[in-house]
Amino acid sequence: MPILTVDMTAGTLTAWRKRVGDAVKRGDIIAEVETDKGLIDVEVFTTGVIERILVQAGETVPTGTVLAVITEEAGTQVFVARPVPGAPVPAAPPAAPPPIAETPGRPRISPLARKVAAELRVDPASVRGTGPGGAVTRDDIERAAADRAQPPARPVEAPDRQARMRQLIGAAMARSKREIPHYYLGTTIDMSRAMTWLAEENLKRPVTERLLTGALLMKATALALREVPELNAVWRGAEAVPSPAIHIGVAISLRGGGLVAPALHDADRRSLGELMTGLRDLVRRARSGGLRSSELSDPTITVTSLGEQGVETVFGIIYPPQVAIVGFGRVVERPWVVQGRIEARPVLAATLSADHRVSDGHRGGLFLAAVDRLLQEPGAL
Amino acid sequence: MIKMTYRDAVRSALREALRGDPRVFLMGEDVGRYGGCFKVTYGLLEEFGPERVRDTPLSESTFLGAGVGAALGGMRPIVEIMTVNFSLLAMDQIVNNAATLRHMSGGQLSVPLVVRMATGAGRQVAAQHSHSLEGWYAHIPGIKVVAPATPADARGLLLAALHDPDPVFVFEHSALYGIDGEVDEGAAPDVIGRALVRRRGDAASVITYGGCVGKALQAADQLAADGIEVEVLDLRSLRPLDTSAILASVARTHRAVIVDEGWRTCSFAAEVSAQIMEGGFYSLDAPVGRVCSAEVPIPYAKHMEDAALPQVAGIVHAVRETIGSHG
Amino acid sequence: MIDSGSPVPPPPPRAHALELLSQMLLVRRFEEKSAELYTLGKIRGFLHLYIGEEAVAVGAMQALTEDDGIVATYREHGQALARGIPAGALMAEMYGKANGCSRGRGGSMHFFDVARRFYGGHAIVGGGLPVAVGLALADRMLGRPRVTACFFGDGAVAEGEFHESLNLAALWRLPVLFLCENNLYAMGTALERHQAQPDMRLKAQGYTIPAEAVDGMDVLAVEDATLRAAAAVRRGDGPFLLEIRTYRFRAHSMADPELYRAKEEVEQWKSRDPIALFLGRLRFWRLLDDADLAAIDARVAGQVDEAVRFAEAGPWEPLEDLCRDVYTRVQP
Repeated sequence: MPILTVDMTAGTLTAWRKRVGDAVKRGDIIAEVETDKGLIDVEVFTTGVIERILVQAGETVPTGTVLAVITEEAGTQVFVARPVPGAPVPAAPPAAPPPIAETPGRPRISPLARKVAAELRVDPASVRGTGPGGAVTRDDIERAAADRAQPPARPVEAPDRQARMRQLIGAAMARSKREIPHYYLGTTIDMSRAMTWLAEENLKRPVTERLLTGALLMKATALALREVPELNAVWRGAEAVPSPAIHIGVAISLRGGGLVAPALHDADRRSLGELMTGLRDLVRRARSGGLRSSELSDPTITVTSLGEQGVETVFGIIYPPQVAIVGFGRVVERPWVVQGRIEARPVLAATLSADHRVSDGHRGGLFLAAVDRLLQEPGAL
Repeated sequence: MIKMTYRDAVRSALREALRGDPRVFLMGEDVGRYGGCFKVTYGLLEEFGPERVRDTPLSESTFLGAGVGAALGGMRPIVEIMTVNFSLLAMDQIVNNAATLRHMSGGQLSVPLVVRMATGAGRQVAAQHSHSLEGWYAHIPGIKVVAPATPADARGLLLAALHDPDPVFVFEHSALYGIDGEVDEGAAPDVIGRALVRRRGDAASVITYGGCVGKALQAADQLAADGIEVEVLDLRSLRPLDTSAILASVARTHRAVIVDEGWRTCSFAAEVSAQIMEGGFYSLDAPVGRVCSAEVPIPYAKHMEDAALPQVAGIVHAVRETIGSHG
Repeated sequence: MIDSGSPVPPPPPRAHALELLSQMLLVRRFEEKSAELYTLGKIRGFLHLYIGEEAVAVGAMQALTEDDGIVATYREHGQALARGIPAGALMAEMYGKANGCSRGRGGSMHFFDVARRFYGGHAIVGGGLPVAVGLALADRMLGRPRVTACFFGDGAVAEGEFHESLNLAALWRLPVLFLCENNLYAMGTALERHQAQPDMRLKAQGYTIPAEAVDGMDVLAVEDATLRAAAAVRRGDGPFLLEIRTYRFRAHSMADPELYRAKEEVEQWKSRDPIALFLGRLRFWRLLDDADLAAIDARVAGQVDEAVRFAEAGPWEPLEDLCRDVYTRVQP
């Protein structure tokens, strides 16, 4: 199929003007082809006899397809119309980059990265840039923020940010178990007053503002930490520095596996309603992947509660650089001794895993005792 | 050094060229007997005769193409197209011959042609006589485009154009013909492709050319009264563009405002802005601003025409915008 | 066979006659080979064949000296070959190779050879006329008594540049030889459908330019008419317009299905094939026999084959050179 128009890549052979066995000479019209410009005659450039026809009338074939074979007088066979490949065309050299102006002493960071750096409280100068010419990009800033709290033990290769977060946390857990001397305390708390109060309180509230037990537990934990502040500290290499604020990391399980513990900021100063709203928001965003890096690095202590999963007691692993983790189980009906008699009471197992470099069992015990005491006066939470 | 007007400086350069090189001749409408539409060529016919100062019929396409042919034939023609508005009739000869003959012939031909055109608006001569199309010409590989803003540059760049073996288009803003400036009639020809800093500053780079340079300097004075010292860069050459001068200025000031009398959309200012973005992105503290003509054919009524064109107030405003809201 | 329509001139010298025949045959075979190579994809873009018009370029070129200048159109293979530009350089140009006459930058429509004063190869209809006027202007101003021959088609006569150029050339008495190759069609539009006044001579007269018409299928008539016209221009009389009436046997370009003209009309003109007509006369004058013709055919075939070999063997320009030859001096 000859190339007959400027950008022809295929043609339809509409009619043969000659048959097998016909003699043809140079310049004869041998067939007709339909192109996007209309019907164009196909001429032969050789003299001889048509030996074979390979494409039938009505067929559409790409240019370069052999249409017929002609035997020349000298006996050589000529193919209509197959191009002979020519010399290869050179490949493209790389494009030269445009001129760049540099202001000496001025870091190469994009406006977007600068904004995110301000939000995440990252110093751009300390970040290694992976953008054009070593410029600092948004991704670089976010990675730096995540690494600052939980430096990974092995390189991160996860395809999505949630997976990457999980990997970072997993690495942190392994390191925690290796390096932190954990000690564990547990106690059982009588929740009858708390549950009664909760039920009455929730009757007064619209459905959307009802409180869950978890809000009481968070508040009690936060207020108890005021009494035992060394459990609300940050480990800095060789010593624990008490945190002025109490940000409770709420352990939230993710669909598809994995756990995150974003911060409920200033838990000691928020009302139960505010804590409830905050909890709901964290859960929603954790499950939709909308948490900010700062929320993962801000907690000063973590609370893990597996009551919904039906677990009675949970001893957690401390999230470095925190120095303690509080665990709450399911509220269950158990026999309880009240003034010598046995009756059924709703009770809850509360645990503390703590860094023995920072606190000892005595202080830990005081903490749990405080939590217990606070939960006996739910109205004051 | 003597003080002379822009038009006198151009005439002086033309006279010097006609005297110094017998291959130079002028060709255009009313350049001879009429003395030139803007009186630039006044007296040259009397001095050099009709063979070297040729009045043409109103045939822009053919007399510009003839300029190309004469250049190929060994002459050094200076073709005057009365204004850029009429050059549209010669576009085919400019784009398909002047700009491309060297390339299409595989490097066998050079076209040492100089074309002068008056350009710009501001005299209430309405839409068909008020274009600023330098940006269109700067788009074309194969030609060069200069826009002198001072009498000294009008002389220097025209002489540089004559020494260039390739086609050079010289745009003379019609509002500049009467301005005064110091000119050294003994100075060597200038260099095409080099911008000049007209005023040093650190708050922002005001980048402009031709008829807008004066307005930019006035705006700079106004801003200085408020303690804002802007740098004014006169591009002088649109193709080739002095990109390194532009980037060096922006590296110092971190802000840029481009002033261009063309319409804003697809303007020359857009090209400069893109180059600043490509080469100076990490130096910028604010987006690059543009002060251009409004998206309207230039109207006749004075208050309308003034509103359509870039003005001092608009430049001041653009500079404040780029400093204030983002600084 | 003698064409009974034109007066019988005296036979030309044998060597010259055989030279004219060889040149026409070279153009014919070169064009046929180009058509074949286009269908094989070796030549791309646009290809405008000169088949049928050979007598025009070959005849007219006889009137021009080495010193004269030539401006032509995109259908300029005949003019280029008749001017003496090597067939290999032209074929390589159509292949796009670096050993092409324009380094492969132009292709079929933009043949340039400055050493032979061949200034293109213009693809914009009418676009070459102003350039020809300028070349003639330079010659006049520098006192060089040489002619600039400007080939253009009947289609160009509609463009403004035609009128502006004739006017300016006449006004300034410039030595331009305007050669209108009237093949009766501006691509697909017949002359009487695009010209209110189809007589070219009257148009020239409107600009006070002397004009003549000649049968473009008769190479000797074309040669004779062009010699006289060129002599007038060379004398300093100003421009001259020669209308050369001819016909292209092929389509406007390779992509043209020729819906605008009847096959009968084409066949009729083919009966006046300029090469066949000239061959007939040469035989009549006994200036050529079968052996002569066979020798010429073989030589021409060899030239075309060599041209193809030259093109096939030619190098591609390296891509690093993409932006060269935009300006004469590379920017620092």
